[in-house]
Amino acid sequence: MTTAVGQSVSRKDGIGKATGATKYADDLHFPGMLFGRTIRSTIPCGRVKSIRMDFDTSGFTIVDYRDIPHRNVVALIDEDQPYLVETEVRHMAEAIVLLAHEDREKLLGANVVIEYEEAEPVFDPERSPHSFKDITIEKGDVEDALASAEIVVEGTYRTGHQEHVYIETNGVIAVPEHGGIALYGSLQCPFYAYKALRSVLGNDHPLRVIQTETGGGFGGKEEYPSMIAGHAALLAVKSGRPVKIIYDRVEDMVATTKRHPSIVRHRTGLTREGRLVAMDVDVILDGGAYSTLSAVVLSRGCIHAAGPYRCDNVKIFGRAMFTNTPPNGAFRGFGAPQTEFAMEVHMERIAEQLGMDSLTLREMNALRPGDMTATSQVLKQDASALECLQEAVRRTDYRRKREELKGTNRGIGLALFYHGAGFTGAGEQRLASKARLDLTATGARIMVASTEIGQGTRTMHAQIVSDALGVPYETIEVAQPDTSVVADSGPTVASRTCMVVGKILERCALEMKERLEGMTPAQYHAKHGAFSIVKEHIQPEWMRWDDDNYQGDAYATYAWGCDVAEVEIDRDTYEVRPVKVTAVQEFGRPIHPALAMGQIEGGTVQGLGYALLEHVVMKNGAMANPTLTNYTIPTTLDTPELDIVMLENHYDGGPFGAKGLGELPMDGPAPAVVNAIRHLGLDLRDIPAIPETLIACASL
Amino acid sequence: MKTALSTLEMRRATSVAEALEILRDEPRMPIAGATDVYVGLNFGTLPELRYLDIWALDELRTITVNEDVLVLGALATYTMMVASALVQERLPMMIEAARQVGGPQIQNRGTIGGNIANGSPAGDSLPVLAACDAVVVLQSAGAERRVKFTEFYTGYRKTVMRRDELVVAVEVPRVSGRQWFRKVGTRAAQAISKVVVAGVRGEGARIAVGSIAPTVIRLTATERALATGSLDEAMVALRGEVNPIDDIRSTADYRKRVTENLVRRFWTETA
Amino acid sequence: MRFTLNGVATDVAAHPMKRLLDVLREECGLTGTKEGCGEGECGACTVLVDGVTVCSCIVPFGQAQDADVVTIEGLGNAHGLQQAFMDEVGAQCGICTPGMVVAASVLNEDPSLEEIRVGLAGNLCRCTGYAAIYRAILSSARAGKA
Repeated sequence: MTTAVGQSVSRKDGIGKATGATKYADDLHFPGMLFGRTIRSTIPCGRVKSIRMDFDTSGFTIVDYRDIPHRNVVALIDEDQPYLVETEVRHMAEAIVLLAHEDREKLLGANVVIEYEEAEPVFDPERSPHSFKDITIEKGDVEDALASAEIVVEGTYRTGHQEHVYIETNGVIAVPEHGGIALYGSLQCPFYAYKALRSVLGNDHPLRVIQTETGGGFGGKEEYPSMIAGHAALLAVKSGRPVKIIYDRVEDMVATTKRHPSIVRHRTGLTREGRLVAMDVDVILDGGAYSTLSAVVLSRGCIHAAGPYRCDNVKIFGRAMFTNTPPNGAFRGFGAPQTEFAMEVHMERIAEQLGMDSLTLREMNALRPGDMTATSQVLKQDASALECLQEAVRRTDYRRKREELKGTNRGIGLALFYHGAGFTGAGEQRLASKARLDLTATGARIMVASTEIGQGTRTMHAQIVSDALGVPYETIEVAQPDTSVVADSGPTVASRTCMVVGKILERCALEMKERLEGMTPAQYHAKHGAFSIVKEHIQPEWMRWDDDNYQGDAYATYAWGCDVAEVEIDRDTYEVRPVKVTAVQEFGRPIHPALAMGQIEGGTVQGLGYALLEHVVMKNGAMANPTLTNYTIPTTLDTPELDIVMLENHYDGGPFGAKGLGELPMDGPAPAVVNAIRHLGLDLRDIPAIPETLIACASL
Repeated sequence: MKTALSTLEMRRATSVAEALEILRDEPRMPIAGATDVYVGLNFGTLPELRYLDIWALDELRTITVNEDVLVLGALATYTMMVASALVQERLPMMIEAARQVGGPQIQNRGTIGGNIANGSPAGDSLPVLAACDAVVVLQSAGAERRVKFTEFYTGYRKTVMRRDELVVAVEVPRVSGRQWFRKVGTRAAQAISKVVVAGVRGEGARIAVGSIAPTVIRLTATERALATGSLDEAMVALRGEVNPIDDIRSTADYRKRVTENLVRRFWTETA
Repeated sequence: MRFTLNGVATDVAAHPMKRLLDVLREECGLTGTKEGCGEGECGACTVLVDGVTVCSCIVPFGQAQDADVVTIEGLGNAHGLQQAFMDEVGAQCGICTPGMVVAASVLNEDPSLEEIRVGLAGNLCRCTGYAAIYRAILSSARAGKA
């Protein structure tokens, strides 16, 4: 029986946030604290010739690469990115020198003069000589199938950068303690920052990373905090004092990661009836100047590039290219929004060329249980593409509206999509995440590194433990992630925090319950004292993954969705206004329906911004509109009515049947909106669909 | 904030007379709602360091009608204008403009005088004032002069104002004819204009456009063509007098085509 | 300089051009008011000055002289809106929430959905898509009527 799971219980962190009592990084103060500032490159490519401190340096702590005690490399995957430029500058706003001072006015007034020798930058990923990663996914024989296909449809689709715009900018405080550093910060992955600090400071210092309440992440605080944490730690080590670095909005937008821009080319073979027989997909991501997470973003992008469709002959070739721009990185959806956008707009174009209804085309080809994905994964019963599609169509009266709105200033469009939950392939096995549950005098305390960044981690984990342990939700506490005390449950990314970490916690709670032998936690604690249960992730035994050939079970399960967007255009100004968006999504089971609803609503609106408003203007390798005035995310008045439907199709391997949800809602809105704009008669294939782009679009 | 506070200095005036004396004696930038000032200060891009705070001058926070002229005191905020029956009756296009400035917080602080003196080509209220032949009232210590709004700007954020002068009001003569307003912004709220058109259709047409030139402009050739010829002829005239630029918010081509489309719509809808 | 802060007569010595936001956070220790953009765009720093909403990141402290300033801390824990934000999950990451609650506190007592949308157009939220915020305000208004 469940009493907490499935209920919209009160958020663990609700009232502190609603009253303003909750403390975020910038709200914290430590005695003797200095403020840190980052001096950044003002060229996109070249070498540093000289650096001169053109100010009175008394009272300043100044750090350059020579002050790094261990390795000048941000430890992530390829380890190519330095904390501080030595000589080579690869992008605008690259960190070169760090300053700290107790007086912010003096800090801001400090003028550092840097002379450069400039070199020719590369901004176009298609002309870049260097790829960070190539991926090929191959099933069947695409060339053969294309040659014999009755119809071949080709197309190229482009997506732009997207900035996360967490309302709290990146910020950390490094505090010297016990001869080492305690790092407090707004971040998603405490152990990533921990590993990065180890790399820069070495093994001699005791270290811990404590997540402060985090004002939004969306992937933007996955890997970037490792950089700013290293910077603050270097200043703190050198000065021996706490150092706070909080980016202002401009610095945050210019210097930190964004969603990878993409160019996706499709060549698709079909029968005259519309059955997919060959899919040849070429994916290019703009990685920026360092590899960061581009290889894995590309991986997820490629795996999702064939969309939720069955086809026997598939070839997907992807590359993440070097350019002289700030590195792009993790952002909700992680490559899938880009490739699924291309697939879903391409499906619309295929239907147009076949002269058939795009709904029928999707129904005919949608993946069903028992079907094989592009990586030859055989789907189990928890695949719900058709159910989502049919419910969305029924609920919106799609066929009738599609007919009725033809030739008007209103359009309606749809997108079908899916999203794999957890790390790809053997990723979860390699991570081997652990969770710990401590018995307390009143209940239990969750000890994991999974972070609350607004999505409801604390609440949802507590619900799972409460029901598995059979104790009231209120008696479950959740520890603030501190790497010195919590178990390494892995990063808070990849829609894994509920499904993967929640499952480990469920197993901890079940074992704890056994140990209690029918006693309440209070009774047991009074008699025997506290104890802890630690469990590790168990990979489903049926999962097989070949990392060399990208074949096999890419994800333990997938969440599914179908979005319908209705839009209205002003044909004088080419402004497109979303009127209503219906999102039908299946993600196993909502642990907390109101939180799940919030994930879908919030993700959908981020997707609408991605589709219609959010335009990163790049000039000479840097964001030229790095303010919230000029990079426009949706306001209340840009946000349409949302109709959210949560379908259930339980996944056996998740806690109480739950899958991952966080990223799924990001995948659908952009193609649904663009398909609605196509319904208006404009041949649009790129986002953002700003009026300046639309006015130049050909009519269909 | 990127600008060092220690470099800044502000004096507060308690009356218009005091404000004008201060301005006579030393150059200072008057600030009212400060909605644009701090954008510049935060980014460290504002050259001004000495300020005169006029926010407390309630005598300028008025909306009245005097001899059939609507007088908007310089400190009339967008919120005040939206709530004003006089503005609603006489200048409804100003209400439309005011509603679309920023969000409520900005409307509570932003003033008509600030919008005029700041002189951004994207100022949302400016095409309204240009289309209705408003007159700016400038005062200096012991003197007052009136400048036609259409002659107020001399270039990008440049005006005919002397440093000892203060915008104290803007006067709007009775507008005969239908008023029309359309802002094309970067989004639905909290938006900067990409094109903003205000039009009055009485005996002829008066059309003013923002965000397409270094200052708000009147489309005088287009107006003449509309008065005497066809809409198509007017469009030819319009293409000759509209030469916008590309910037981070939009493109020249977009601005030009949209201006044309909106003027066409104005003419059709007010027929 | 004297002003009234959350109902209490207060005297703070600070530069008149210091942003009201910084005075509240640094001089008065009221960190519930957040900075999101520094240019009056996101509304995270929304407070009430003489009963109307302002973005405190673009208000010079000098202009708060003799004014009545109310921050999120001054609305009091008992404010029904705050409970409603909690119940309806109107707060996710929570960083926009104080500004959002302050902006919502001056809406009329029984606002329509459209009035809420217009009234909150100066407050950006990146987490919720606003829907749960509307639900919180509507439910608070319903509770107020009951």
